[in-house]
Amino acid sequence: MVRTADLLPLAVAVPLLGAVALVVVGRWLPRPAIDALVTVWAVLEAGCLAWLWLRTGDGHSVSWLGGWSPVRGESVGIVLVGDRIGVGLALLTAALVLAVVVYSWRYFDEPPVAHAGTFPALLLLFEAGMVGFALTGDLFDAFVFFELMGAVAYALTGYRIEDPRPVQGALVFGVVNSLGAYCSLLGIGLVYARTGELGFAQIGVQLARHRADTLLSVAFVLVITGLLVKAAVVPLHFWLPDAHSVAPTPVCMLFSGVMVELAVYGVARVYWVVFSGPHGIAQPHLRAVLVAAGVLTALVGAVMCWQQRHLKRLLAFSTIGHVGLFLTGAALLTSASTAGTALYVAAHAGVKAALFATTGVLLDRHGSVDEHGLYRRGRDLPLVGALFALGGLGLAGLPPFGTALGKAVTEHAGEEQFPWLPAVFVFVSALTGGAVLRAAARIFAGAGPRPRERYAGPETTGSGEEPEIRDPQRRIPTPMLAVPTVLLAASLALGLLPGPGVALARAARQFTDRTAYTAAVLGHPATPASPMPDVGWSAEGVLLALASTALAVLFAAAAVWGPALRSPLAGRAAALCEGVGRRVVVPLRRLHSGHLGDYVAWLAVGVAVLLVAMSV
Amino acid sequence: MTILPFLTAGWIFLAGVYGMVTSRDIVHAVGCLAVAQSSTYVLLLTVGYRRGGIAPYFTDTPLRTRTVDPVVQALALTDVVVGATVTALLLALAIQIRKRHGTVDPDALTGLKG
Repeated sequence: MVRTADLLPLAVAVPLLGAVALVVVGRWLPRPAIDALVTVWAVLEAGCLAWLWLRTGDGHSVSWLGGWSPVRGESVGIVLVGDRIGVGLALLTAALVLAVVVYSWRYFDEPPVAHAGTFPALLLLFEAGMVGFALTGDLFDAFVFFELMGAVAYALTGYRIEDPRPVQGALVFGVVNSLGAYCSLLGIGLVYARTGELGFAQIGVQLARHRADTLLSVAFVLVITGLLVKAAVVPLHFWLPDAHSVAPTPVCMLFSGVMVELAVYGVARVYWVVFSGPHGIAQPHLRAVLVAAGVLTALVGAVMCWQQRHLKRLLAFSTIGHVGLFLTGAALLTSASTAGTALYVAAHAGVKAALFATTGVLLDRHGSVDEHGLYRRGRDLPLVGALFALGGLGLAGLPPFGTALGKAVTEHAGEEQFPWLPAVFVFVSALTGGAVLRAAARIFAGAGPRPRERYAGPETTGSGEEPEIRDPQRRIPTPMLAVPTVLLAASLALGLLPGPGVALARAARQFTDRTAYTAAVLGHPATPASPMPDVGWSAEGVLLALASTALAVLFAAAAVWGPALRSPLAGRAAALCEGVGRRVVVPLRRLHSGHLGDYVAWLAVGVAVLLVAMSV
Repeated sequence: MTILPFLTAGWIFLAGVYGMVTSRDIVHAVGCLAVAQSSTYVLLLTVGYRRGGIAPYFTDTPLRTRTVDPVVQALALTDVVVGATVTALLLALAIQIRKRHGTVDPDALTGLKG
């Protein structure tokens, strides 16, 4: 009989072994056999994690690798720890990888043709990095999995090496993320210098014996820097739109759906287990700093998302907007906000992956992801259009999508301390959802006048992208439509079924309980003390969600039909928009210069601001 | 313990960052990333250093001998492996950028903006 704890290392080992198998046999097997093999492997991994989710229940499963368990509370071993938030995130990763694998059956015949196993092998390696990061209980191991995830992600971004833009995006991605990771490593070094421990729980115990000082704040900021870079928090976010707009579409589904969110999870985990104890980082201070960063990220992401015509770039900026909301939710530091954020992340993953998947169909058909260039050209694809528009509504938070429920719970949790927070949530989801709806109306319904071809400011258009398949005129393969449908249905189910919500509420209570984690790792019994947060639909939440959806539709309608209106009121509104655009938006767009040096400079500025904010 | 090695690590890191910000060549920028990374080696080895300590293996020395911390050496070794992988990958990308764009100057790579 397999012990629950043994499933933890198995969950990391399965995709690693799968990657090895695919690299070894990929040279000889034909494409269908490779697809079958990788699908079996992805199902195996998802099954393993689902089993782990069920077996872990509301407790922790702890696995000391190689049997190096602690003696009298001290250890040199490496530990994997699963609780429902961590295992749930790993399960979400596995589910998305499975969706991507099925989606790529009939998609993506990219080089090297002679070695068809490379791409699925990289996918499984990427999965191993993400699952390992979600399950690790050790700070240095977290860095290693973070870098494994990163290195594979750079390779996947630049996978189409014959195309000029992907190699450029991958380089910027690689340099900026690696620099962030080295900041994290410096922080880990400082933490080790202070405590002599590397496990989350053990560091937490040791830190409680020291007084908080500047060294601790500096170490904390450095450790979370790498994670904030990966989470694309403003001003460390510049790499994300460049990487997401050029990576192959199936890879984008993973990047936006779960990789960025994993980094937010990392920040929350590191804070709660390592730094939240007595003599740690003070809660009110951290809350203020991270909520400010989250709100800024959300607003910048939403405004930039609205400005895009390159569909993948638009979705990338919408990810930045939502990650800002997730960070805000996690930074509220209550179990209710954590539960809401977890639900929001899970539902957002489904919606965002579905949106990227339908964009992939457009790229496949027309060799373009330019909203203006594709005007009216999607009218022969009504089903794809419906899925795309539904995704936009899900992004805007239409009840009963899980995104709406997660958003409502998070808003409600933050209302007491920050009464203006629901307004930010409504505005950001309306703007990002509205941008998608606008694109859907123009491309699939041919609504409104033909958009302008040229624009004065700096922009990436998205025309002339290389299609990712060799035969664009074929019938759309069933998996490419089935996968987004299932993903949207799953996102809807998260809002409708009470089961996942309640499970995540219990998980969040446990996630925010530092003593329970430490006790589980060190082998003491503990009972949860805090009350269960309430996750369920409330009248206020439904109203706010409806408001953001209505606002999204309004924004989209104004953008599509607004220019055709001839009334004086419309003229005045247009003039106002233009003024705001000239003063605020164009400078903001100019900052996204695509220049490596600029991005590294912004990273340095961001870290400096964080250091000052956390040290005072 | 003196503070000087920690300041050195910080200085090396900032030198690497400065080089990346002002770089006019992608290969140079990747080199500067490696410089920034080498600050982590200095920091880790500083953390584990003990005055008068010998290398941490106990074949023919008594168990109570003073040694430097083996954990940070393992960390630094892992760090080297990670850094080598990333640097190799980035340099490969730099070659490909030269082939596709005909330049390795970050100022000339303006395909993605806005």
